[in-house]
Amino acid sequence: MGMTLTEKILAKHSGRDRVSPGDNVWVDVDVLMTHDVCGPPAIGIFHKQFGDDAKVWDKEKLVIIPDHYIFTNDKYANRNVDVLRAFAAEQDLPYFYDVGTDSYKGVCHVALPEEGFTRPGEVLFGTDSHTCTAGAFGQFATGIGNTDAAFIMGTGKLWVKVPETMRFVFEGASLPPYLMAKDIILQIIGDIGVDGATYRTMEFTGPGIKALTMEDRMTLTNMAIEAGGKNGVVEPDEVTEAYVKSRTNKPFENVYSDPDAEYHSEHFYNLEEMVPMVAKPHSPDNKATAEELEGEYLNRAYIGSCTGGKLSDFRAAAEIIRGHKVKLDTYIVPATTEIARALETETLYGTSLIDIFREAGCKIGNASCAACLGGPADTFGRLNNEEVCISSTNRNYPGRMGSKQSSVYLASPYTVAASAVTGVITDPRVFIQQTVI
Amino acid sequence: MSKKTEPIKGKAFVLGKNVDTDQIIPAAHLVYSLDDPEERKLYGKYALSGVPSEKSGLPQGNIPLTQDDQTESEFSIIVASDNFGCGSSREHAPACLEIAGIKAIVTPSYARIFYRNSVDGGFLIPFESFDDLSKEVHTGDELEIDQENHVLKNLTQNKEYNIKPLGSVADIVHAGGIFEYARKHGMVA
Repeated sequence: MGMTLTEKILAKHSGRDRVSPGDNVWVDVDVLMTHDVCGPPAIGIFHKQFGDDAKVWDKEKLVIIPDHYIFTNDKYANRNVDVLRAFAAEQDLPYFYDVGTDSYKGVCHVALPEEGFTRPGEVLFGTDSHTCTAGAFGQFATGIGNTDAAFIMGTGKLWVKVPETMRFVFEGASLPPYLMAKDIILQIIGDIGVDGATYRTMEFTGPGIKALTMEDRMTLTNMAIEAGGKNGVVEPDEVTEAYVKSRTNKPFENVYSDPDAEYHSEHFYNLEEMVPMVAKPHSPDNKATAEELEGEYLNRAYIGSCTGGKLSDFRAAAEIIRGHKVKLDTYIVPATTEIARALETETLYGTSLIDIFREAGCKIGNASCAACLGGPADTFGRLNNEEVCISSTNRNYPGRMGSKQSSVYLASPYTVAASAVTGVITDPRVFIQQTVI
Repeated sequence: MSKKTEPIKGKAFVLGKNVDTDQIIPAAHLVYSLDDPEERKLYGKYALSGVPSEKSGLPQGNIPLTQDDQTESEFSIIVASDNFGCGSSREHAPACLEIAGIKAIVTPSYARIFYRNSVDGGFLIPFESFDDLSKEVHTGDELEIDQENHVLKNLTQNKEYNIKPLGSVADIVHAGGIFEYARKHGMVA
């Protein structure tokens, strides 16, 4: 019997010919990523366990990307970035993207591919649940805690229980003009529930997936964790190779699922039959179509994060916002500094994306995680009271974006932008069809 | 009998389903040092402070895990419904519960990373129940977990429930965490 892509990667990295779901294996780690929230405690554990003078197992494989609490006056948060800075200096780390320097990047899950750290066939761990984003590049990538990260820093290894794989097959030649990858993943999470993929791999495949860009694929794998998934994965193809080779010279080996691999379950979707989806407060699986919620009250819109703050997300939002004034307080937060720069240079009908947003009355923030996870009270865009926000981010449990009294609807950048323009929840097909005509 | 398998006794704190890591420890509080002996106590103060008040300490609700001026709780066993600890990978979640005085959790299912962090960090023991006991147990009930026989005893209500053996993570739990386990097996000096 064959193996899935995930099983093959875990077998190779644990020195075995094959592994099966349920096996506990120790794998060699290709990349460990950490940030300003979980880096400092991981560093504390590393030194406690391996000694004050200990060195990390391979400084070429450790990537530190401060991104969570960056533009804040919180003294503890700023102290935590100082801890990362001191560690990077002490360990002479080549890949530390320091705040306040030209190398500062922003959101780690978008920064990793931009800097060439996401490569097919590899094993990547990160101290953040959305590390599963990197599975879009055909690798095994998952989130871990501080203790596991400290263990990797010292040994380069970690134990993994081999997950079963759920296969999501997409028919359809391309995304309909009104549909975004965010709609697809909200539909899936709504169908299987927030624990529908717990302990499992979510493998996305079929002709519909081949038609997606890398950024679209990243949106899918990014939210595997919102169904409880251990990792999300897309087989590499020419789209993957073109992206990765434009970002790194490091060699990599494509890995594919065998035709006779065994799956936990198979789920079929047709892109051409799917519609804009929304997750209502207070759970990512609380699904409704945008059409069903048409006219619901809102007082804020937010476009940003690893899930919905990529360049294509802003292009989509700008298509709808262009020529309008927003009726909601609308926050625009590019995931990375590279995307922030692209907002200045990318144009739509001769106007830069950033000018489209400015002219519409949007508030523009600096590249970082910002209000996606609330953060310190002075965080840009944070919901500090009873706000009702529609957001392109990933999670809407109580208090996720700040106050416990606030409410969050999750949607695609198209739907968020359409709602920002009208002031209430709005199906973006109203605008997209106008554009097409 | 090793200390790790002795009965765990204490008062129950009951929660519903999908208690995510932002409810366990809201993101604004993730800034405190876990290494500083005084600063880390703040995690005990704010543990479970993100749970909507009416869902905190069921069935009555409006019961905080730790009183306003305290960093340790009078409760030591959490009983919850499905998918406990979903959301982020923050290890501050099991850590804050341990700092507040929680020794064990009993729920039908956990989110993967929270479960793993609880085990590998040696913070508390994540037991799995066969049924959802969050509707049966009341906050404040006196509980005892018999680890040898895999039984949860509700001493207040005089009821007993079977719980699942720890399975493949038992060795790490009983060692006290991944580092202790790895040292026992010669993987770490």
